[in-house]
Amino acid sequence: MRYDVFCAGYGGQGVLLAGNLLSYAAIREGKNVSFFPAYGVEKRGGAAMCTVVFADGDTGSPVVGEPSVSVILNQLSFDKYAAKVKLGGICLINSSLVELDGGALDGRELLAVPMNQIAIELGDVRMVNMVACGAYAAATNALAMESLQEALKDALPERNHKLIPANIKAIQAGAAAVFSARKA
Amino acid sequence: MTALKRKFVKGNEAVAMAAIEAGVQCYFGYPITPQSDIPEYLSRELPKVGGTFIQVESEIGAINMVLGASACGVRAMTSSSGPGISLKQEGISYMAGSELPGVIVDIMRSGPGLGGIDASQADYHQATKGGGHGGYRIIVLAPNSGQEMYDLTMLAFDLSDQYRMPAMVLADSVLGQMKESIVLNPRPTVDLPAKGWAVRGTGGGQQNVVKSLYLGDGEMEKFHWKMHARYQELADKESRWEEYQTADAELIVTAFGCTSRIARTAVEMARAEGIKVGLMRPVTLFPFPKKAYADLSSHCKKWLTIELSTGQMVDDVRLAVARDAEVAFYGRPPGAGSLPTPEELFAQIKKFC
Repeated sequence: MRYDVFCAGYGGQGVLLAGNLLSYAAIREGKNVSFFPAYGVEKRGGAAMCTVVFADGDTGSPVVGEPSVSVILNQLSFDKYAAKVKLGGICLINSSLVELDGGALDGRELLAVPMNQIAIELGDVRMVNMVACGAYAAATNALAMESLQEALKDALPERNHKLIPANIKAIQAGAAAVFSARKA
Repeated sequence: MTALKRKFVKGNEAVAMAAIEAGVQCYFGYPITPQSDIPEYLSRELPKVGGTFIQVESEIGAINMVLGASACGVRAMTSSSGPGISLKQEGISYMAGSELPGVIVDIMRSGPGLGGIDASQADYHQATKGGGHGGYRIIVLAPNSGQEMYDLTMLAFDLSDQYRMPAMVLADSVLGQMKESIVLNPRPTVDLPAKGWAVRGTGGGQQNVVKSLYLGDGEMEKFHWKMHARYQELADKESRWEEYQTADAELIVTAFGCTSRIARTAVEMARAEGIKVGLMRPVTLFPFPKKAYADLSSHCKKWLTIELSTGQMVDDVRLAVARDAEVAFYGRPPGAGSLPTPEELFAQIKKFC
């Protein structure tokens, strides 16, 4: 099985760390992984994107034209990339920052999760990327929640390991939000 | 997790790790995007294993330090991109003229001039045809994954020592910046010739001279024919390539580096629709695996070359395939947003088959 996910937002939202976390979780599940980042020269505020592909066998192209799943963290990325999700795929959006205007994506599941709001309620908006990762795992079942939580040790530098419990809460909250969004 | 040591690293870091595993003793370089992770990693790790790292004042200085270190018989390397690689051409020519080994890593960015930092394959000609003056060639290896960034860097050191000529690892910013899970293979055991030619101080013994100046009657011509024979030996023994689904292919796509990864997925998409298409990927760009192209084109007459340029390797493909084979070209010259997608290449396959 080959999975691909495209994450996009603005610099500072932790898009690249999210991609790294998903990658390390997939590695923990014994998969081959490619993580292909693309970002502006700015430290914050520019566009930040990454594509993660993981598979039991060959990962193939690190570039994906029509992702199976897109995780979209801001309006600009939504306007630019949401329509690229392939038919039957999932577009997971941060509804705190994306105006949907009641629009839908034909033939694709549009999952709206208020990621900023959830992160703020947990104490720090910077955990928006963790909420997104938890939401991704719950929406796709491509990765086990345990792998994601364990992978925090790999993805975060040692000095930030004290933040792991808070990040686990954010991951779980993201997953829970997907379950309730699908029930609604 | 497997028992093998797996690491999730950038392609650039894989190059640096492989250099240390290969026993590089000296690194000389100057930072430039998109390859700066290589000097960054080596500046931290090389001194720990007793090696020397120097951030030189310029790329010209760096390549000439590689020349000097190599003349003393030690394993030395440099890395750069685009403008920096152009600056190194004089030194590479001098190394070729002096029959000196040494590894140069080129993580291609777009050009000409300052260009940009996006992935490019437009330095194919510069790398494979002898980028400096005087009519020489260097070994050019083209990885297409994090694993090959690691494995082929080690191979570059060995081939370079074995054939006494510079070797280049030619990659691009996708391969340099992309992170992949790799296995840290140990350095292969290879029987390499002793460096009896190295200048190490005579201590009263034999005097060695390392130079690229040949003024004696017929001396220069003799040098050229000797190297010509060595390039031929290299082609016979060291040509490397990878084929995918070529046996029954009615169209063969050919691409190197990151483009071959995108092309492979496009080939899989085509196969899923019953289209008989295969992929031929050269791993050595010099020597170019001419014989493999000739053999494959004896049964497959339709070819499609894909590059991140307006077409360079396609010249070598056209020279290598059978005369009745038809070679089409699809190129995306480098620049922001110019990376083709598998879907796009699949559309090209459908157009040509």
